Amino acid sequence: MPKWFTPLALLCGAMFAVSPLIIANAPYESTMGLVQKIFYYHMPSAWMFLLGAIVCGIASARYLATGDDRHDRTALSAAELTVLFGLLTLVTGPLWARRAWGTFWVWDARVTSSLVGWLVSCAYLILRKYGGPGSERLAAALALFGMANVPFIYISVNYWRTIHPPTTVVPTLQFSMGFPLMFCVAAFLLLFILLMTMHKRLEEGRRRLDALHLAFDE
Amino acid sequence: MTTFARVAFTLFLLGGAALALSQQTLGQQPERQDEFVPVSELPPTEQMPAAPLLVGAYVFVLVALFVYVLSIARRVGAVQQEVARLEGEIKARARS
Repeated sequence: MPKWFTPLALLCGAMFAVSPLIIANAPYESTMGLVQKIFYYHMPSAWMFLLGAIVCGIASARYLATGDDRHDRTALSAAELTVLFGLLTLVTGPLWARRAWGTFWVWDARVTSSLVGWLVSCAYLILRKYGGPGSERLAAALALFGMANVPFIYISVNYWRTIHPPTTVVPTLQFSMGFPLMFCVAAFLLLFILLMTMHKRLEEGRRRLDALHLAFDE
Repeated sequence: MTTFARVAFTLFLLGGAALALSQQTLGQQPERQDEFVPVSELPPTEQMPAAPLLVGAYVFVLVALFVYVLSIARRVGAVQQEVARLEGEIKARARS
């Protein structure tokens, strides 16, 4: 692992350990009360979910253009993180909605497009695992669709009729609520970078292992 | 009092009691809802406690992240061990 990995991993762990205290000290939102505090983990998860889909899409596009395996490994790492953070988003959101909306799930534009984006990432991983030789290029094309879905997820709350809070909520937050949110975003972003680094190392190890198996058989 | 009169008197008493009870029950029923009521204005008996949802969300996130970090660390370790083992075997074979 790179030299910066261990100090940043310790910092990330400390930030996650402190985050519940910072969130507990944040003021209560006037209409939703206690359950609104789910937002401090839900929204950073959602941002990392979208970031993962974008990284996966860009790396896949570069892989399709150049054929360089490094981009393919980056795309695969990002796809796995997209599934992870998408799962966190799709679980924490309904838990908040159960109290705020009275139901776990509604088929509105934001929620449905997020589910579709998550399913595309799952399809990418399934294709990579069971698709056999040549599935890398097919999966890369699928990742482009996953990335194309990201703007729809983001703007869906502004253009379609939905009960999901709009994108204007975050810029208008007061410091007392904005600081805990940005603290959690920083913690999640740091975790995303660390997990990407670990996963890329895993994929490089697997590539080296394949080469060694070939050398051993010869 | 004849048997018929006794039965009629008993039925009258029971009917009166039933009528009084039903009037009391009707009086306790909430008024019929004919307009939208926000969730925040529902009576406490119909409101859902937020704490279990909040705790559930945070526990799920932290446990899922912890399990994933453990999983990826285990996979990296296993691959590195396998690489070291194969490199050792290839070197040994080259010497012999």
